Amino acid sequence: MALCCTFAPQVATVRRAYLTFFGKTMKFLVCISQTPDTTAKVSFTADGTTYNAAGQTMIMNPYDEWYALVRACELAEADGGTVVALNVGPAANEQTIRKALAIGATEAVRVDAEAVNAEFVAHQIAAYAKTQAFDVILLGKETIDYNGAEVGALLAELLDLPYISNAAHLELSGNTATLSRDIEGGVEVLEVDTPFVLSAAKGLAEQRIPNMRGIMMARSKPLQVIPPVPVDAHVHTIQFVLPPAKTGVKMIKPDNIDELVRLLHEEAKVI
Amino acid sequence: MVLIFAETLRGQIKKSAFEAVTYGKKTADLLGVACKAVVLGTLASNAGELGKYGAEAVLQVADPALDVLDGQVYAAVLAEVAKREGATVVILSHTSTGKTVAGRLAVRLDAGLVSGVNALPELNGNSLRVRKSVFSGKAVGTYDISSPVKVLSLMGNAVKPELTGGDVPVDTVSITAPASRIRVKEVKTQEGIVPLPEAEVVVSAGRGMKEPGNWGIVEELADALGATTACSRPVADSGWRPHHEHVGQTGIAIRPNLYIAIGISGAIQHLAGVNSSKVIVVINKDPEAPFFKAADYGVEGDLFEVVPRLTAAIKRLKATQ
Repeated sequence: MALCCTFAPQVATVRRAYLTFFGKTMKFLVCISQTPDTTAKVSFTADGTTYNAAGQTMIMNPYDEWYALVRACELAEADGGTVVALNVGPAANEQTIRKALAIGATEAVRVDAEAVNAEFVAHQIAAYAKTQAFDVILLGKETIDYNGAEVGALLAELLDLPYISNAAHLELSGNTATLSRDIEGGVEVLEVDTPFVLSAAKGLAEQRIPNMRGIMMARSKPLQVIPPVPVDAHVHTIQFVLPPAKTGVKMIKPDNIDELVRLLHEEAKVI
Repeated sequence: MVLIFAETLRGQIKKSAFEAVTYGKKTADLLGVACKAVVLGTLASNAGELGKYGAEAVLQVADPALDVLDGQVYAAVLAEVAKREGATVVILSHTSTGKTVAGRLAVRLDAGLVSGVNALPELNGNSLRVRKSVFSGKAVGTYDISSPVKVLSLMGNAVKPELTGGDVPVDTVSITAPASRIRVKEVKTQEGIVPLPEAEVVVSAGRGMKEPGNWGIVEELADALGATTACSRPVADSGWRPHHEHVGQTGIAIRPNLYIAIGISGAIQHLAGVNSSKVIVVINKDPEAPFFKAADYGVEGDLFEVVPRLTAAIKRLKATQ
């Protein structure tokens, strides 16, 4: 492990120089969202229209971080490519963006706007991506706050690119990617040529904890701030409310399981 | 009119499609318009059956190229059908297929999209007001879709399919699917198992099982109930059970009618993935397990005694039905 850590960057540097010379390096875009921590107690502002982030720990959306970002970094490190981490959000999100750089992204872009909803975010990413030539665009299969799983498909259509959702495996060989994705009742193995959009599910990579070197390097990596593009809003948030609390658990003695079955059958009517 | 994309799996109409048609019919009634369903690819079953749940007509684009899912191709074909039919609302299921297609379709139709809706819509002027679960079930969001064409996807198990009529004829629609840029090499399927997002009953177990060799009693209970098995994150991470069984905030979010949690303490991340279940039963020997607070029914006891007893009691009940 120690040897690997010592030599890997040098090997990668040599490889990168070689590949850059022949113009074969891959360019990855990873779209990262900031979400409340998984243990956050959810509350909203008094008018119910905005999540109350006061006093909350905000994190990088786990699907974006653990799977999409780490896999992009692994592939870029193997062939000397670049990884651009993009976030749509206010300046306060820069701590999350720096974490992406510490994990291994080579540069970052922040679109300076509140991430109002999926259509807004997808249009921002598409506008930026159109100015670049990315080979693979990755994002998590969904965010753990709004759970829409919408941005990937919106983005892919805006860019007219193939979209592989729920990818649990990704290998690249030249311009051809081999992927597997979870489908209902099974797994599908497929091939697609770059460029394409992918949403990441569990299995694509293993979570990577940034090391001290990464954290130090992240401070000097470029972070570009760009203005948002205007988007015609089709969807409007009206309000958020907390669901009604459970009324309380009905305890059944372990030696009276017939009673549990009776309740499930006659009271709850679920069996 | 309201157009419903009725999903099929290996040529069979999926349960989620019957739910979507039931939801679509009620939406069409609200708007005072017609309700039609569309199926893609070749069929092994009678799509006319969708008429029983409210579809006034069923359209089929029978190109066998559509037997393989490519969201780009599906969206192009569905957008063409929606335009020909003059659809103002298009409804999909919030499944892995729906998630691949809905966003693309919304872009093609210049439509607003809300995915994962779980309650019937309301009219608000020219907007459609919809609700969905957000923050992994910790809150409910209300949204207005204001665009002339609206796209919705319906969360599984949110609506019960309702029989309202009889079979209708299936009309073949001729649309050539554009060439796919995805090459499917292999499909590995698990026959006979209801996928977790569609399962009505889920039996799930955690670290309280002590070791993977003990899962027999969980599988026997699942068999007796016709349930799908699931597990907690630590169990999947330690390789005791496959990752595709992991339910929770970073696994699969589910909302079955009945969720039985065995030897799972109920960490907040696990609850986030399962707290939309209609009825939760928790079996745990630790009376302080946080899961009991989220449960409808609880049994404090040794799971190695309680679970086989529950299996036997369910078999007795099923024998009388």
